[in-house]
Amino acid sequence: MLGRLSWSAIPFDEPLPLLSGAVVGVVILAILVAVTIKGWWPYLWREWLTSVDHKRIGVMYLALGLVMLLRGFSDAIMMRTQQAIAVGSAQGYLPPQHYDQVFSAHGTIMIFFVAMPLVIGLMNFAVPLQLGVRDVAFPVLNSVSLWLTATGALLINLSLVIGNFARTGWTAYPPLSELAFSPDVGVDYYLWSLQISGIGTLLTGINFVTTILKLRAPGMIYFRMPVFCWTALAANLLIVAAFPILTATFMMLLLDRYVGMHFFTNDAGGNQMMYVNLFWAWGHPEVYILILPAFGVFSEVVATFSGKGLFSYRSMVWATLAICVLSFMVWLHHFFTMGAGANVNAFFGIMSSIIAVPTGVKVFNWLFTMFRGRIVFQTPMLFAVGFIVTFVIGGLTGVLLAVPPVNFVLHNSAFLVAHFHNVIIGGVVFGALAGINYWFPKAFGFTLDERFGHASFWCWLIGFYLAFMPLYALGLMGMTRRLEHIPDPSWQPLLLVAEVGAIVIFCGILCQVAQLFVSIRTREQRRDLTGDPWNGRTLEWSTSSPPPAYNFAVLPKVETIDAFWQMKRTGRTPVAPAYEAIEMPRNSPAGFITAFFATVLGFSLIWHIWWLVILNFVAAVIVVLIAGWSIEREEEISAAEVAQMERAGRRPA
Amino acid sequence: MTIATALDRTLTAVPTELAHGRGGGGPAPKRIVVAYGFWIFILSDMVMFSALFAAYAVLSGNNAGGPTAPELFNLRNVFISTMCLLLSSYTCGIGVLSAEREQPTLFLVFAILTFALGAAFLFIEATEFAGMVAKGAGPWRSAFLSSFFTLVGTHGVHVASGLVALVYLMAQVRTHGLRPAVLRRLLCWSLFWHALDIVWVGVFTLVYLMGGH
Amino acid sequence: MHNPERVFDDRTPGVEEHEPTASYLSYSVGLGLAIIATIASFIVAQTNLLWAPGIPVGLIVLALAQIGVHLVFFLHLGSGPDSTNNILALAFGVLIVFLVIAGSVWIIANLNSNLMPIPQ
Repeated sequence: MLGRLSWSAIPFDEPLPLLSGAVVGVVILAILVAVTIKGWWPYLWREWLTSVDHKRIGVMYLALGLVMLLRGFSDAIMMRTQQAIAVGSAQGYLPPQHYDQVFSAHGTIMIFFVAMPLVIGLMNFAVPLQLGVRDVAFPVLNSVSLWLTATGALLINLSLVIGNFARTGWTAYPPLSELAFSPDVGVDYYLWSLQISGIGTLLTGINFVTTILKLRAPGMIYFRMPVFCWTALAANLLIVAAFPILTATFMMLLLDRYVGMHFFTNDAGGNQMMYVNLFWAWGHPEVYILILPAFGVFSEVVATFSGKGLFSYRSMVWATLAICVLSFMVWLHHFFTMGAGANVNAFFGIMSSIIAVPTGVKVFNWLFTMFRGRIVFQTPMLFAVGFIVTFVIGGLTGVLLAVPPVNFVLHNSAFLVAHFHNVIIGGVVFGALAGINYWFPKAFGFTLDERFGHASFWCWLIGFYLAFMPLYALGLMGMTRRLEHIPDPSWQPLLLVAEVGAIVIFCGILCQVAQLFVSIRTREQRRDLTGDPWNGRTLEWSTSSPPPAYNFAVLPKVETIDAFWQMKRTGRTPVAPAYEAIEMPRNSPAGFITAFFATVLGFSLIWHIWWLVILNFVAAVIVVLIAGWSIEREEEISAAEVAQMERAGRRPA
Repeated sequence: MTIATALDRTLTAVPTELAHGRGGGGPAPKRIVVAYGFWIFILSDMVMFSALFAAYAVLSGNNAGGPTAPELFNLRNVFISTMCLLLSSYTCGIGVLSAEREQPTLFLVFAILTFALGAAFLFIEATEFAGMVAKGAGPWRSAFLSSFFTLVGTHGVHVASGLVALVYLMAQVRTHGLRPAVLRRLLCWSLFWHALDIVWVGVFTLVYLMGGH
Repeated sequence: MHNPERVFDDRTPGVEEHEPTASYLSYSVGLGLAIIATIASFIVAQTNLLWAPGIPVGLIVLALAQIGVHLVFFLHLGSGPDSTNNILALAFGVLIVFLVIAGSVWIIANLNSNLMPIPQ
């Protein structure tokens, strides 16, 4: 009746998941009850859950990413603590079967449900505003993307309390991830959660490539686009090019597990290295999908807070496009040690070194932008400077790892773990936090508290170095990754330092939470009344904070790079009195409903509840056909309404 | 002003009237936006197929002592189904031309022809699959067969979805007429259908013709 | 007088100009060429028309030609004043497809050649 689901799926005998699941469950219940009592459901449904406004969707992505950061970080501190205490004869508190799930969940959540949503959220919010247009190319699809990502996050979190998660690491290599060695639901949770959210991400890629190439304000030729839009274009081109590979690869592993096929099995001709090969053919572009928008954020932030135009815009653009193309030619460096010959290893080693060059160009451009600028150290700029130093170190260790003989020593060691955290935290996380602090006033109409912003930066920076620099040393000393028990007591001092670092990062997260609370409480003192709190250069700062739903009453005419800066210097033209009616897409429950069906589909597939799979699929198809029948999806805001909203200066919704 | 910044400025020093001809004409009309977005989706689908092609290329020799390609492939049937799909691409194109010229009846005729030819393709493929399974050469027999069934089967699922969508669109044309929104969907559908034929060229060449002799 | 606005008027594959005769012709010519290429492929694969080691090359050439026919005559790629975006997107897609297939084949062949022989 319920497939392989039974009461034994709930971890009654495992206190940690049970307790944490119970706590989270209570919190969620409390929130739902509070919302119901206060009667906020109509508002939430109308203004957020069914919204197709890119600004709202961007905020929801960021909220998802930040909440999942808490889950991913708790996994991290659990691992750090285990490694700090389970030395020699001590066994620690996490048995191996659990530790494996913890590091698998940590990686999966941080990449797919923290980093991706943060980056996609920032692009969602800022790109249409920077391009001077009203929304993305396909607003309803945008909502569907968000909700499919949320479905994936929900499924992964369900694995904590119903069943278990994969024990394979976030890469899920076969044969360990095949049925023979992982017969339980863990790998299925991993595969379906990521397959579903992967479709959402692919739709985002299609949406943004189309938006950036086909929807820009009049006069905005390619070389007048803000650099953030260029990096968003490159990242979304990579999404379109790479995510289908992941979809196909996971499909093949799912077919192995569900139908008994032999793509990657030990027997009947399967080839496990083909999984590894295809996984990383996606996996390497994926990390560039994460870092390119962060580079874009820093280009905007460094230029704005140095009071200067970005140095050599053109080389920035070419460097971005070069990284985009090159990122598809390096993927074997993730498995140098797996038996390829010297020719293959040499080719990919050289390509991996070459890809560092355009990144170097970008770093020098940022530095030259700051040179002789008038630098203001607001929170985003702190993160930018922290990023430049930290990311360069991480990039250098990356180039070191790109040398195949070195890689043979350091592959899968703690050195590798330090490297990728170095570039992801120093690059992606710092970029996301900078972007959030930078665009928060635009989204909500008031700036974030600066003191807590500074405090969170210093905690993240110091915490990162304390937590991960020891890992470089440990890797060179011979420590491998994913260790549940530490065999060599001489490693413990460094592991204790790393534990302290994790605690300092935790303080950074607490500062961020505090920053949010304090900023909301004292928002009247930091209202952004001009729409331009940082003396910005790009078009989003020409709108009110927050912008009206339609962004621009009249699409701006662009004549240079840094269009808004130009507008300010030449004196902004008074608003044209002749407003026209604006056509905006209607809200749509399509995203939310898609998420509902996707969640039921994923859950029933994981637990082999076949009748529910079929029922759900049929129902979903019927709903799609019925919903797709309607042709008219837009509503009109009349010219009079537009005029009234522009006069009011700021529209609350 | 340095050389670098001077270069940057010249690139953007285009008078606004001319900017229209350099992609600066403002947001593109909806028909172009929708078609381009669908084109990008098609390209992403091609990348997915390329991963399946790669898997087939790598695994086609791994038949685990089981049935091999020359033993299983019937090239005459493949030729017939290939012609069916190719002709359906043609009738699809003519149908779209009719739709653009506001001729709904003619469009429906060619849409039905396209459906019939597509269905014939699927029928031939389904019987081929059933035959192979009956001979003990199902997808669970070996890596070669897994990759064969998945590559060709995924293409078949795409074709089947296309046929379902075609029926749906024919119904929309009957009800709503050939309005711009309906026409946009038809264009996207025809893009999809032509792309499936392109994938099939790859399949019959690399799988059947290269493997089957 | 050539309207400068139309010089870079973005067109997408499948979105035709309203030139009736040319488009019917386009589909018919495309069909004819594709049928020829298909028949040629089947003949090449099953007879000795081509020198045996050259058969795979011949088949690939014919397949690429037929794909080109589809792109030009059915999808109208390259027609319309400026289809730069479309062709660039296609080029990017072709690059990725090539890298995935050729890269995978090269890598896995290399790995396979370094496998230990199976003990008898």
